[in-house]
Amino acid sequence: MTAMIDIEHLTKRFSSITAVDDISFQVDRGEVLGFLGPNGAGKSTTMKMITGFLAPDAGAVRVDGIDITARPVDVKSRLGYLPEGAPLYGDMTPAAFLEFTGQVRGLRGKELRRRIAETVDRVNLGQVLRQPIETLSKGFKRRVGIAQAVLHDPEVLVLDEPTDGLDPNQKYEVRGLIREMAREKVIILSTHILEEVDAVCSRAIIIAGGKVVADGVPAELEERAPRHNAVALAVCHPEGHDVVGPLQALDGVDRVESLGSEGELAHYVVLPSKGGSIIDAVSARVREQGWQVAEMHVERGRLDDVFREITGGAHAVN
Amino acid sequence: MRNVWIICKRELASYFATPIAYVFIVIFLMLSGAFTFYLGNFFPRGQADLVTFFGFHPWLYLFLIPALTMRLWAEERRGGTIELLFTLPVTMLQAVLGKFLATWIFAAITLALTFPMWLTVNYLGDPDNGIILASYIGSLLMAGAFIAIGSCISALTKNQVIAFVITVVVCLGFILSGFPLVLDFFSGWAPEFLIEAISSFSFLTHFDAISKGVLDLRDAIYFFSLTAFWLYANAILIELKKAD
Repeated sequence: MTAMIDIEHLTKRFSSITAVDDISFQVDRGEVLGFLGPNGAGKSTTMKMITGFLAPDAGAVRVDGIDITARPVDVKSRLGYLPEGAPLYGDMTPAAFLEFTGQVRGLRGKELRRRIAETVDRVNLGQVLRQPIETLSKGFKRRVGIAQAVLHDPEVLVLDEPTDGLDPNQKYEVRGLIREMAREKVIILSTHILEEVDAVCSRAIIIAGGKVVADGVPAELEERAPRHNAVALAVCHPEGHDVVGPLQALDGVDRVESLGSEGELAHYVVLPSKGGSIIDAVSARVREQGWQVAEMHVERGRLDDVFREITGGAHAVN
Repeated sequence: MRNVWIICKRELASYFATPIAYVFIVIFLMLSGAFTFYLGNFFPRGQADLVTFFGFHPWLYLFLIPALTMRLWAEERRGGTIELLFTLPVTMLQAVLGKFLATWIFAAITLALTFPMWLTVNYLGDPDNGIILASYIGSLLMAGAFIAIGSCISALTKNQVIAFVITVVVCLGFILSGFPLVLDFFSGWAPEFLIEAISSFSFLTHFDAISKGVLDLRDAIYFFSLTAFWLYANAILIELKKAD
């Protein structure tokens, strides 16, 4: 069986800038793909090509086996799309707007009314259904945008920065919606908020300078963080002890960083040499030395660090 | 075809969702009436016809139609809704036709609301209603050409004011292309056939012919092909500029 979304050697140039440079990947059913990258990395351009708004300069996009350049309308009818910033017709009410997009997507009569009622219920729009969209709050506007994208129950959902500009409660709600829909759909969402990837995505692709620089499940990507499996340590009354020396001597330890002290606590980070687990060795050494430890934990390595390292590197290459 | 109608309905509704529709209709009716009765010497002429009424239509359209068309695409591009529209399963042709039809239907509604003029001349005298019908058809065809030009130019820019001004200038060119003002610009360097072609593009010549009651197929074809040409250019321009 072919992948639901199949992207091959996709390239897009704007005058002299190559916004998307030979990107290939596949997304299968049941996956929630997080599309990460700094601003201007080519996330939105890629999504605009997947949804058929922009024509690629080279390469192909196939959704459910259908080539978007050959049969754009067939592909578009299988997709739901939330463009960046969720643009909407401000003078319409959500009710009229959903009716419009539903009709264009071929729904009518009872079926249209049923789908609208279901979707409105799902994204919780009931109370503002008859107000002009331009008078709604950002959170409601975003919900109208999402409602429009899921109205026809598409197999593929493309969301460009679905939580951008929302307050923490609204972000939480939108993520809940995405997780709920993830069971039955293929979802691609772009974001530059890394916690979001942890929260909803089953896979992450990081792009920078128009190229894919990393592709994997979030946990795998975290392993690439320099501090993955590092042990953070806070020692009480370290005066007179040599803390760094005995830890440094351990097998599998690359180096020990002293982060300075605060009151009677001194903070250290023990970095493993190959990302291996060193917590057992470190705790054994602590007991053996009889240090009084206030705090000790393993750092998973933050996606932020991976992101910065990978995308920062790509910029340097450019 | 269904999608053309759906887009058309949405567009038409958005005219009426804002004051644009009402302002336009009221101003058009007021001006067309005032021009006919005062500038056109409707009563002193002592003739039961609507020649002067229709005579002002090109000039009213010149300023009022661009006000209707300036938002068609400029607003979609500025607001980003163009991305929404073209990721729905609609084709370029459906979108262009839908928007054009909405504006054209709106113009038709406005034109229909001038019926008191028709009632007035029928009350005052015994006009040739065939000529009046032909004039209405001619006026509507001319409005279509104005709208197509305006729609196309609206696709050029995100700024509605720029769209308005350029549309007025281009439409003025089409109205006056049979006149020395435009022809003098070409005579001297352009070949004879080109000047003839340009002068044959005048809205006024074609509209005058129709409003004399001669519904010549050639004049109708002129307006239809002009409309089709500008709508085609419209589609190409959007394809090129939609992502800017």
